[in-house]
Amino acid sequence: MKENKKTYWKGLEQLSNDPEFVKHADREFPELPSTLSEDGSATRRDFLKVMGFSLAAASLAACEAPVRKAIPYVNKPVDINPSIPNYYASTFASGGDYAAVVVKTREGRPIKIDGNELSPINKGKVNAIVEASVLSLYDKQRVTGPMVGGSKSDWKTVDTEIKGKLTSAGAVKIVSNTILSPSTQKAILEFGAAFGGAEVIMYDPISNYGISKAAETFYGQAVIPSYHFDKAKTIVSFGADFLGTWISPIEFAGAYAKTRKISKDKAEMSRHYQFESNLSLTGANADYRTPIKASQSGLAVLALYNSIASKAGVAPVSAPKVEIANLDKAANDLWAAKGASLVVSGSNDPNVQVVVNAINEMLGNNGATVDFSNPVYFRKGNDARMNQFVAELKGGQVGAVIFYNCNPVYDHAKGAEIAEGISKAKLSISTNGTLDETSSLVQIVAPDHHFLESWNDFEPKKGHYSLSQPTISPLFDTRQAQDSFLTWAGSTTNYYDYLQANWNATLFPTLGNGATFQEFWDRSLFNGVVAVESVPTVVAPIVDATLAAAEVGKSYKADNPGAELVIYSKVGIGNGAFANNPWLQEMPDPITKATWDNYLTVSQKWASDNGVTMVEEHTKKAQITVNGKSLIVPILVQPGQANGTFGLALGYGRTKAGRVADGVGVNAFDLLDATKGFVNFDITTGVEVLVTEDAYKIARTQTHQTFMARENVIQESTLAEYKEDASAGRYKPEIYKDGEFVKPSKISLWSGHKYSQHHWGLAIDMNSCIGCGACTVACQVENNVAVVGKQEVLNRREMAWIRIDRYYSSDASADDLSGLEVASENPEVTFQPMMCQQCNNAPCETVCPVAATTHSSEGLNQMTYNRCIGTRYCANNCPYKVRRFNWFKYHDNKDFAGVNVAQNDDLGKMVLNPDVTVRVRGVMEKCSMCVQRIQAGKLTAKREKRKLEDGEVNVACAVACPTDALVFGDMNDPNSKVSKLLKIEETDSAIKEVGEERAYHVLEEINVSPNVWYFTKIRNKEKNEA
Amino acid sequence: MQVTSSVRQPLVTGGKTYHDVTYDVARQVEGKPTKLWFLAFLTAAGVLALGSIALLATLWEGIGMWGLNKTVGWAWDITNFVWWVGIGHAGTLISAVLLLFRQKWRTSINRAAEAMTIFAVICAAMFPVIHMGRPWLGAYWALPLPNTFGSLWVNFNSPLLWDVFAISTYFSVSLVFWYIGLIPDFATIRDRATGLRKTIYGALSFGWDGAAKTWMRYESVSLILAGLATPLVLSVHTIVSFDFATSVIPGWHTTIFPPYFVAGAIFSGFAMVLTLMIITRKVFKLEDYITIGHIELMNIVIIITGSIVGIAYITEFFIAWYSGVEAEQYAFINRATGPYWWAYWSMMTCNVISPQLFWFKKIRTSIVATFLLSLVVNIGMWFERFVIIVTSLHRDYLPSSWAMFYPTWADVGVYLFTFGLFFTLFFLFAKFFPVINMAEVKSVLKSSSDKAHN
Repeated sequence: MKENKKTYWKGLEQLSNDPEFVKHADREFPELPSTLSEDGSATRRDFLKVMGFSLAAASLAACEAPVRKAIPYVNKPVDINPSIPNYYASTFASGGDYAAVVVKTREGRPIKIDGNELSPINKGKVNAIVEASVLSLYDKQRVTGPMVGGSKSDWKTVDTEIKGKLTSAGAVKIVSNTILSPSTQKAILEFGAAFGGAEVIMYDPISNYGISKAAETFYGQAVIPSYHFDKAKTIVSFGADFLGTWISPIEFAGAYAKTRKISKDKAEMSRHYQFESNLSLTGANADYRTPIKASQSGLAVLALYNSIASKAGVAPVSAPKVEIANLDKAANDLWAAKGASLVVSGSNDPNVQVVVNAINEMLGNNGATVDFSNPVYFRKGNDARMNQFVAELKGGQVGAVIFYNCNPVYDHAKGAEIAEGISKAKLSISTNGTLDETSSLVQIVAPDHHFLESWNDFEPKKGHYSLSQPTISPLFDTRQAQDSFLTWAGSTTNYYDYLQANWNATLFPTLGNGATFQEFWDRSLFNGVVAVESVPTVVAPIVDATLAAAEVGKSYKADNPGAELVIYSKVGIGNGAFANNPWLQEMPDPITKATWDNYLTVSQKWASDNGVTMVEEHTKKAQITVNGKSLIVPILVQPGQANGTFGLALGYGRTKAGRVADGVGVNAFDLLDATKGFVNFDITTGVEVLVTEDAYKIARTQTHQTFMARENVIQESTLAEYKEDASAGRYKPEIYKDGEFVKPSKISLWSGHKYSQHHWGLAIDMNSCIGCGACTVACQVENNVAVVGKQEVLNRREMAWIRIDRYYSSDASADDLSGLEVASENPEVTFQPMMCQQCNNAPCETVCPVAATTHSSEGLNQMTYNRCIGTRYCANNCPYKVRRFNWFKYHDNKDFAGVNVAQNDDLGKMVLNPDVTVRVRGVMEKCSMCVQRIQAGKLTAKREKRKLEDGEVNVACAVACPTDALVFGDMNDPNSKVSKLLKIEETDSAIKEVGEERAYHVLEEINVSPNVWYFTKIRNKEKNEA
Repeated sequence: MQVTSSVRQPLVTGGKTYHDVTYDVARQVEGKPTKLWFLAFLTAAGVLALGSIALLATLWEGIGMWGLNKTVGWAWDITNFVWWVGIGHAGTLISAVLLLFRQKWRTSINRAAEAMTIFAVICAAMFPVIHMGRPWLGAYWALPLPNTFGSLWVNFNSPLLWDVFAISTYFSVSLVFWYIGLIPDFATIRDRATGLRKTIYGALSFGWDGAAKTWMRYESVSLILAGLATPLVLSVHTIVSFDFATSVIPGWHTTIFPPYFVAGAIFSGFAMVLTLMIITRKVFKLEDYITIGHIELMNIVIIITGSIVGIAYITEFFIAWYSGVEAEQYAFINRATGPYWWAYWSMMTCNVISPQLFWFKKIRTSIVATFLLSLVVNIGMWFERFVIIVTSLHRDYLPSSWAMFYPTWADVGVYLFTFGLFFTLFFLFAKFFPVINMAEVKSVLKSSSDKAHN
């Protein structure tokens, strides 16, 4: 073997024969001199010391969780203080929906969206879609950069290609949903000017074109008016779901709720009539609801017209006779409330809307509850122009088409034709943020920022302006669409400067109020909204309703024998633009309580005639054929559905939305009828429904529909009775003890708690709660509540901390228990938000073997996740069934990665609220009354050496609630809103006695003594009908 | 005046001598395992292995493997728990209570009954641990152990904690009682054995010398333990019933539960003893020790406890009506007529109607009928717990939360696991331990054998 002559050095020190090195060269650990003796050998003591220390250190280190490295800021960014949230005013606008919002960011990440209280439109409130939109920012399925021909590209290439092609393409068309932004419109105009006048074609997936078209005919201006539900004493709605989905539901819900809140001082409320086919959220809140067929709806409006006309002394119009219950009564009430009543219709038929306008005219509502002088701009879409565009596109007359943040291939009635026509354009561009049904067909995708990454301005209503500002740096290589337009137009200004310049030129002169522009801008940006006081002026009609009425008389029938399909949109999913958001998919529909699906709603009568029974989640599928197009959909038996009509929701059946939404439900946009010059949602001819033998399961969070006449759960009455007795409808259980009947709260095993500081309480007005579900999504966002997916909802394991129980009335008598399980054909509906009742005598607390759920010194029932071993005894013993168990590991688990994106992928996790623990498998969880907010509020007050003030801390559900149905506060503070509302008599005792006669505890007789009160539901009905 | 008592039925037949007793019992321990035993043992072990797949899946994935949901938080897990605890009652009752009442007929069945108790309690005790979301913590956090977690301590208000004490006390006392009874018999086997077996049984018999003083101490300890165990017969199931009785759930919140549960436990325990004894006496040819007389006496206990249980069911209904509490009334009407009516009527048929057949002497002295009815009773008692737990939970106060419970394969699998465990242990016991208490049988041989007066 060859001898190895190489020499290896331990280091440069050895090579250079460094004296210090030579001295210790023979030691094994030369760098351990301190514990070793000078001559290099360890003493026994030192050896033991080192050994002992290492052993201890090693075993301690073994106990530690693995170290994850966090990189600290080298320079702290301005405004970012770890654990301190920042709030930015901004604006949500999508597909004709609008809300001025405040975005909460933590460490630079937007994590929660609340309403902007300064906005006169949504008044600090939001709905489920707005609330959930923050998660869409962190959607992994967003396009990460510009794409050409289906493959990744860069902005320079894209810009060069587009500029080059646009000049030679011919007619340029920009397709968009309603554009609310004046500056965007200006930028697009500028872009158009550079290419010989590009046309902007606006359409809305949920079109309200009929209203503006009717206004054009009747008043000479194509606008959608402002509606003032708060001023209406009588409201009549023909199929307009104004609380759920119609035009501006957040605004309308708030205004409507004002007329529904009653107290001893104000024992008056509006009376609401609803005539509709599907049971809508609005219909569910109506005092009188009449199911009518869609084919009758026009005639019903005519009948109302004639009824009012006869009272007003106006000549009637000729109308086929139709029998509609409650219509005469509605007419009487409308007439009695002249000038303070409101008739609305959800129909997209311009002729029907003309008649509605005429009715409001006769009632003197124009200028009072309907304001055409201050129109809203939410839905500016023009169905007729869009139809024409589709023909042009198909005919190859369109040279270049730009889809500006819209997805007509999916959400337009002629989506298939558009898909076909796109290839005929020389240039097709999409600015959509995801590779959806439309943008996957175009040549170039130039993705826009998410709205939380963008600058923009909005004019939702005449004289109302709001701004949106970025709350995070763009996550991907996207570019603001307006910047794209400006770049393609050859401009070098960026959109932010452009926006400022536009405001400087247009709004500042009138709204500046003497400030400098910078001050004006800063203030506007800080507030998020700028509004001018608007005074309604009466716009005079230019025609009468005769012509329109004749048209209506022709196109509607009193007794259509065929099946009818009424296509609607859901509160949670809307037009489907946010379908890939699992929070919205798992949000139970307010009426059906179904998740993760759309379905054909059928009447109970039709179901029994056709042998369809729905037991729990089990149902059958049906084949629905509409003028040759067939879909297979599951059946959902819906009490209140007008017999002979069927309902089907839009927003489902996405094919390219992303992994959450793809394949969920069927696409009903395909069935819309666009042949009449407007998009028709009521298909009254050519509809056929066949029951198939295919079994199916619909995942519903509530499968039992009635409240079984249990007065301890739902307490309700009528306004007439309430006026006589404020405690009407109240159920007051009493227990016999020592010769007398006493209130259950007088008998207790417990000595009670002491709340020396705060005593948190929640008052819920069932009269104001419209059941919209905004609170449930708000809670999910705030408290990192897991999404579990369809299968787990089917297994009845949804994790929602707050739910809205929706009960139907039943015709059966109170002792007919099996009859009570069946809802009435046209039931009364009651909504009851249900969350942890924070009981003073909490049954969950006593049964936990390890004291993981305990009572706080402020009246809260608190959950210690770390201590929980998961026996589920607390959940079993909870009379309200509000506790939720982590059956599986929902975070970092590939089985749930497809649905629970906020707790699984890196991007999704950015939305998590860092103040709330993500719960592990095997522990119980429940509503904490947003204890993290309470603690934060108390800390702030403490730091500022003052008492916590009422309203400083509020729970997420109450913040979101568009109707202020939930009021949270300190019951120990006699001046707090909740104390005053409940009329708490002794604020210093632990068990509060309330003076408010409507207030009650659910299940009062078991004396668990909740800190949540409910206010009786009062319907504005005649006494004898209750 | 002269009282003439009729001649009692002999407790041991076949004219057995002391040697015969030793021979008959010890031969099972000393001989090679039979093919039949192997077959039975392997079947049990197979079921155990199969069930452990479900158990491991549950431990690995979570409780979500079962069919539970937001409304029904307990179902098969606690049903099985209560069922096994109930079965575990007979052993102590037979050995302790009957010892105190000087019922000599217990001597030939107490060993197997006690073994059954131990194994049933092991199966039962498994459920409170595995039904937890986090058993790796709960297994010791539920104990009042001094700890460094801060001020954490168990919650003595919780019936689940009472369960921890009740079950562990019962298990320890039963185990000690059983083992002490085994010592003289182990010594007998030791004395007959050679080699390794002698060493093992020698160690097991704790140096038993058979001296009069030792026997005296043995008798005293047995009596003391019997005295300790007797209240446990009543307490264990009473405390188990508190899990339900102290809650606020209609159908659970019932003061009748303690006596009703105890009666039910004895009822099901006796049925299980019968099931096992009928097989054992046949397989091990012990017909002379476990006679028809024994079986008849046990059947009489079954009629009594079955009737108590039946009355309890009816009383519950009466009280639900009489109380005027709407939720309570609904809970009971729902039991009988709701979606789980079949479970309720299975329970009524198996527990109330079928034991009444034992009023007929022909039936209660028939081995085949007894065997079948013992199975029926245990099926009924399982349904009883299922009915109490699931039908009360699935439709309680708020109709919005009403839900159904459907078991999954893992629910079934975990139940199978306990069967596998129980029978594996029982067959091991039957092979390696004397299944009949030789010492005690010998003590009654003189007075109660059919040869006694010859």
